[in-house]
Amino acid sequence: MATVHVENIKKTYDKGSVLALDNVSFDVKSGELFGLIGPDGAGKTSLFRILTTLLLPDGGHAQVAGLDVVNDLWKIRRIVGYMPGKFSLYQDLSIEENLQFFATVFNTTVEKNYHLIEDIYVQIEPFKKRLAGKLSGGMKQKLALCCALIHEPKVLFLDEPTTGVDPVSRKEFWDMLDRLKTRGITIVVSTPYMDEASRCDRIALIQKGKILELDTLTKIIGRHAQNLYAVNADNRYQLMHDLRKPAEIESSFAFGEEQHVTLRTPENGENYLIDYLTQTGHSDITVRKIDPTIEDVFIKLMLENQ
Amino acid sequence: MPQPVIYTHQLTRKFGDFVAVDAITFEVQPGEIFGFLGANGAGKTTAMRILCGLLSPTSGQANVAGFDVYRQNEEIKKQIGYMSQKFSLYENLTVRENIQFFGGIYGLSRQELKDKTNVLIDRLGLHNEANKLVGALPLGWKQKISFSVAILHRPKIVFLDEPTGGVDPITRRQFWDMIYEAAHDGITVFVTTHYMDEAEYCDRVSIMVDGAIAALDTPAGLKKQFNATNMDEVFLQLARGAKRGD
Repeated sequence: MATVHVENIKKTYDKGSVLALDNVSFDVKSGELFGLIGPDGAGKTSLFRILTTLLLPDGGHAQVAGLDVVNDLWKIRRIVGYMPGKFSLYQDLSIEENLQFFATVFNTTVEKNYHLIEDIYVQIEPFKKRLAGKLSGGMKQKLALCCALIHEPKVLFLDEPTTGVDPVSRKEFWDMLDRLKTRGITIVVSTPYMDEASRCDRIALIQKGKILELDTLTKIIGRHAQNLYAVNADNRYQLMHDLRKPAEIESSFAFGEEQHVTLRTPENGENYLIDYLTQTGHSDITVRKIDPTIEDVFIKLMLENQ
Repeated sequence: MPQPVIYTHQLTRKFGDFVAVDAITFEVQPGEIFGFLGANGAGKTTAMRILCGLLSPTSGQANVAGFDVYRQNEEIKKQIGYMSQKFSLYENLTVRENIQFFGGIYGLSRQELKDKTNVLIDRLGLHNEANKLVGALPLGWKQKISFSVAILHRPKIVFLDEPTGGVDPITRRQFWDMIYEAAHDGITVFVTTHYMDEAEYCDRVSIMVDGAIAALDTPAGLKKQFNATNMDEVFLQLARGAKRGD
């Protein structure tokens, strides 16, 4: 049975004028690390708040560990851990006071479940007397995760835990999630960083309240094979402009040091691009046919859904 | 070689015993897109606040748009634009009101304000949204308007502090198109980001570790120096060696 079951969930704001979630359905399996990947405004936070019983849906059903998010809210609150996107701990309590507070609220002790948080907590323990409001972003993030874990939840909901965090700390955070997963905790995590998709068992790509795709990363990428070329030349600025002009070019987007280009007519794409760029006066031209990244797929799906 | 638009020499800022910025020396040339990278807590924000004339250094030299950061910080503020995700626009003013408000603060005349507001609304294709409250717009649009507002007075330098966090992949690229256009028009762009693919869009990139500049070069040069295939690897190699936590 699915640990999280979401069925046609709908949510609107401002008397129905803003559609935040548009009949969203998906299941998260027990023990899975499931990623909701999408930009700001996609509906990720609304979905998390519904699943953690903090917001009522306008329509549809959802269950967490077999419990209904509307009718069984008190039972759900006991078994889920929730780390909101906005830092929500008590700023005027210290690290250890916050942790004790959350343990007490859930009728447990820090000692009883210390094993769950140990490898995260040791990193902030030297500062345990410091007020939460005085912590740096990375330390706040670690404390929030400890507080969300201290009652040994069955399901952990993490809303954009890595937003605004540098690449090294992001990587460390995902390593922590990997270790939590080995303890059997089901984790649902949202992120706007597409590259974090590779850290999840399965992902849902979400945009404007709709799920665009849902599967393992490999399968999603496999489903969206396209004639994609990585293009480079000496004058990047000019290259970006010139790749926008011809009707044969369907899309051209910057990806790191290269432009990723798709063509309307798939035949001889490499030759076409080299010829075109040579004619327009570019030098040091390189064109490679490549497999899409998850970000290429997301862009493709966004364009299709426009 | 033209006069650099940003010049620092052994620039240092201490908070008590803590050396937030540790003797950094670098130059940024006019029209350059300069990526200012570093882990959380590496000292980027402190350095950026000094360069914007908001904080005095403890020692060392820094010159921004020809003005000294110790004595002429009010002059510096007139020469720069600033945008971050945390501070951008007033949510309860309309798009038009925001443009006029910030343009007014930057000292534009009434006629200039009127003209530039219309040009901007035209260029961003915001005719239908011009009189809507900014709070009702998607983040990506807010960021585009915010950037446009930051360069409305044609500053010599625009400072962008994580301008693209959280926006969708298409908007993120459209935003970089705007950065390229601004740089092409001669505005120097000084930008921080946590997206390493965006570091590749910069002309040159510096990476701060523990308050010091650990590396500075073109993206291609850095990849060569660190034997890396992309900037993410360069960043990980350098930032992993950091002693001070965030």
